[in-house]
Amino acid sequence: MIHWNSLAEFLAMGRHGPYVWGSLLVMALLMVAEPMLLLQGRKRLIARLRRQYRAEAAERGQAAAGGRSTANGSND
Amino acid sequence: MKPRHKRIALILGGLAILAVAATLVLNAFRSNLVFFFSPTQVAAGEAPQGKSFRIGGMVKEGSLQRQPDGVTLRFVVTDTEKDMTVAYKGILPDLFQEGKGVVAQGKLAADGIFTASEVLAKHDENYMPPEAAKAVGDAHERAAANKAAAEAAARTTRP
Amino acid sequence: MSNKLINWFRYASPQTFYPLAGRMIPWFWGLAAIFGVAGLGIGFLLAPTDAQQGEGYRIIFLHVPASWMSMFIYLVMAFWAATGLAFNTRLSGMMASALAPTGALFAFLSLWTGALWGKPMWGTWWVWDARLTSELILLFLYIGFIALQAAIDDPRRADKAGAILALVGVVNIPIIYFSVKWWNTLHQGASVSLTKAPSMAAMMLWGMLLCALACWMYSIAVALMRVRVIMLERERHTDWVRALLAGRE
Repeated sequence: MIHWNSLAEFLAMGRHGPYVWGSLLVMALLMVAEPMLLLQGRKRLIARLRRQYRAEAAERGQAAAGGRSTANGSND
Repeated sequence: MKPRHKRIALILGGLAILAVAATLVLNAFRSNLVFFFSPTQVAAGEAPQGKSFRIGGMVKEGSLQRQPDGVTLRFVVTDTEKDMTVAYKGILPDLFQEGKGVVAQGKLAADGIFTASEVLAKHDENYMPPEAAKAVGDAHERAAANKAAAEAAARTTRP
Repeated sequence: MSNKLINWFRYASPQTFYPLAGRMIPWFWGLAAIFGVAGLGIGFLLAPTDAQQGEGYRIIFLHVPASWMSMFIYLVMAFWAATGLAFNTRLSGMMASALAPTGALFAFLSLWTGALWGKPMWGTWWVWDARLTSELILLFLYIGFIALQAAIDDPRRADKAGAILALVGVVNIPIIYFSVKWWNTLHQGASVSLTKAPSMAAMMLWGMLLCALACWMYSIAVALMRVRVIMLERERHTDWVRALLAGRE
């Protein structure tokens, strides 16, 4: 059923090995890299937004605390 | 860099890319929209004179031969109506074969021989295993033989 | 009728689409994996040798799906761009932006695999024929779209500008598709089209169609992932994003 008689024959692709595997390798690499980069970007964005929300919450908290403390914008 | 400057730089970059793209389009479509000429078109004088251009067609069966100098190859490109002899020094691509498509770039010499600097193979869109290809080829041969036989028969029976 | 319309617009709002997309992504990844394994298995292990090109023709199982996707994604992107201009829905612009990088990826892969296929078969990495040139222009259109959107800070204006570019560039798609018919090209004609029986052995055809399906599923999964990131970024001042990020996720 399988077309190839040996692994060496499969890898050689009838003298066209470098072309065939060069195509498959680059395509596979890029199609793995794209979702990985997206996941990483998503993680970074979520972390950034959470920091920003905490900072805003802290600011609001200080503003609500009113005149008692000086609202100098420092947080954490 | 201020955001405004960044924006201007990016827009300029975008415009530059578009300009490059437009130049490529125009250039390609001006000189290469006709990627190759057939021998019939060349015979009709449609190909550029005295300039390099490409011809395309089939390599005529049995026409490939090595010249006495040992490096120059000669073959005939045909579109079934007109033929054109091509001379080429160099390595032919894997798919170059008699009876198959070819595109050659070069100049037409005064003696009517097309001197090629580059020869590319043009294959068709059919993909099939060798056995199937052989079956198709045999069928074609049989059909041709039948046709020839029928024509011969028609000739002999005609008064 | 009005019910349906309301439903549609409900799903078109980022707030409802975000979790829906999140639930769909794993399914599309699963389908992509199944189709990919099946297609590559058939293409690289089971399919017979090609009579003309020997084993090197197996690049077709990568090249044709990548090329199809590069054109199809552009059409979908232009569709979202048009609905964005027509109905001014927030989701449309986000979908168009989410599709562009994946389309650019496939356009690049089409050119890359094409070059590696052209060298051994035709005898050249590249020629300026109508098919190859118009595919290169497609890559530039994607890059231009991405750069244009990146250059404009206001997302709504970026969407509009990008949409106009996407719609203008749509003329290139029929040019790519029909280039091999309209002009003399080194590239051969279509092996598979709607108007005639495919000129490929069945096993080769199945391998190619399964690989193409895998690329479809991959594109949907990645586009949904990216549209979720874009939604968080653009809707960061809304209550639903705040509530979402206040949670466990």
